[in-house]
Amino acid sequence: MSETIKTDVVIVGAGPAGLFAVFELGLLDIKSHLVDILPKAGGQCSELYPEKPIYDIPGYPIVTGQGLVDNLLQQIEPFHPTFHYGEMVEAIEPLGTAEAPLFRVSATGGKIFECKSIIVAAGGGSFQPKKPPIEGIEAYEGSSVFYAVRRMEDFRGRHVVIVGGGDSALDWTLNLQPIVERLTLIHRRDDFRGAPHSVKAMRELVANGLIDLHIGQVASLTGEGGQLRGLTLKGADGALRDIACERLIPFFGLTMKLGPVAEWGLNLHENLVPVDTEKFETNVPGVFAIGDINTYPGKLKLILCGFHEGALAAQKIHRYVYPDKKLTFQYTTSSTNLQKKLGVH
Amino acid sequence: MPKITFVDSLGEARTVDAEVGSTVMEAAIRNAIPEIAAECGGGCACATCHIYVDDPWGTLTGKASEQEEDMLDFAYAVQPNSRLSCQITVTEELDGLHVTTPDRQG
Ligand SMILES: Cc1cc2nc3c(=O)[nH]c(=O)nc-3n(C[C@H](O)[C@H](O)[C@H](O)COP(=O)(O)OP(=O)(O)OC[C@H]3O[C@@H](n4cnc5c(N)ncnc54)[C@H](O)[C@@H]3O)c2cc1C
Repeated sequence: MSETIKTDVVIVGAGPAGLFAVFELGLLDIKSHLVDILPKAGGQCSELYPEKPIYDIPGYPIVTGQGLVDNLLQQIEPFHPTFHYGEMVEAIEPLGTAEAPLFRVSATGGKIFECKSIIVAAGGGSFQPKKPPIEGIEAYEGSSVFYAVRRMEDFRGRHVVIVGGGDSALDWTLNLQPIVERLTLIHRRDDFRGAPHSVKAMRELVANGLIDLHIGQVASLTGEGGQLRGLTLKGADGALRDIACERLIPFFGLTMKLGPVAEWGLNLHENLVPVDTEKFETNVPGVFAIGDINTYPGKLKLILCGFHEGALAAQKIHRYVYPDKKLTFQYTTSSTNLQKKLGVH
Repeated sequence: MPKITFVDSLGEARTVDAEVGSTVMEAAIRNAIPEIAAECGGGCACATCHIYVDDPWGTLTGKASEQEEDMLDFAYAVQPNSRLSCQITVTEELDGLHVTTPDRQG
């Protein structure tokens, strides 16, 4: 097991709310670590709509989802937050008291944090791969069906079928083709969303007979004891065709699932975490919830609301982290103290 | 006000009023139509408001845009008459629109 990482605050989720919380905490000298299951920052903004324009961020008549995230990352840079990507926060364990909270936070991959407060900025939950509703597919998950490629060796010398038309499907088609027995790519239409050069490379493999491309959808699976042997493909014309398949990798995008947040002893109301509107604290003292994950009378799932919530939560967290220090209200415009922290003075 | 009939995967039909200028998805959500999730709230970013446009309405609702087709890649049991209901704007001509919902959204 790795060494315990000691910090003031662990922020669960690096969406816009979690990112801006780093800033508000930083102004108050509170250090934070961000954990997100995705390989990058930005939550819904960068995962679901990076190119779409947002029109209701105060002060920005128009900014794209990714543009906003890039700006936030730049804005929090002076506080040197530590990012832990590709890790899901699984458990939180209270070690302290209501007056002096202390938590042990554990993430997948074995990282352990010890912190005085936790900000749950988990949005709609953690992004997880969508599972196609093929009957009996669960029986093969982890042995023959994989939703991501973690170890290429698991696929060497096998009949591999990849389903999907985006970059993940194309990239893995190109990467796995040289080491597998036979690779079949299945997509519902003969049009691919992926990067043009990947589409071209894939088409070349098909033209040279190095992979098979089928247009259609997977109708059923055959095999036993968790070992897949084949699948039946339903073509666009409705015709059925059997294909040898020992490893199936479906890429149907990501969906948000509440996930482990439900197991942290927090009150839940329709999969949301109720908070007060003064401190945005949950029923567990020291655990705060901001952004899309929380609920309170009048809650709106807007980015700007998540920003406001983080600013107020930081005030209360200051009391937990620095119980003896008095907090004085300051503006970034006029406070040389704040400007020093921001590195502009 | 135009009316839209949603037939669920078990064959039960529900007819609702839909405001001109709103979307078929919004009409479904306002009327608590089952089998429509609309997780992203109409952003053409999730494929959980997938419907089948029944004959002969396909000619009036038109074809899916390129972006919508891309999102439909994430839906299940996609058919030639598949659409994302958040991308169909209600017009007077669509009065009587008949659509079927799949048994499962993404
Ligand atoms: C298509 C679309 C358009 C939108 N347009 C607008 C708009 O114009 N204006 C506006 O204000 N809002 C808009 N929104 C809503 C806005 O994107 C959300 O309100 C915002 O993303 C919420 O931010 P968040 O930080 O709370 O959560 P999210 O952005 O959902 O981020 C949460 C993060 O937490 C991570 N996470 C969750 N659980 C765990 C865990 N246990 N361990 C590790 N990581 C975890 C997730 O992987 C995710 O990255 C739109 C949303 C969509 C889908």
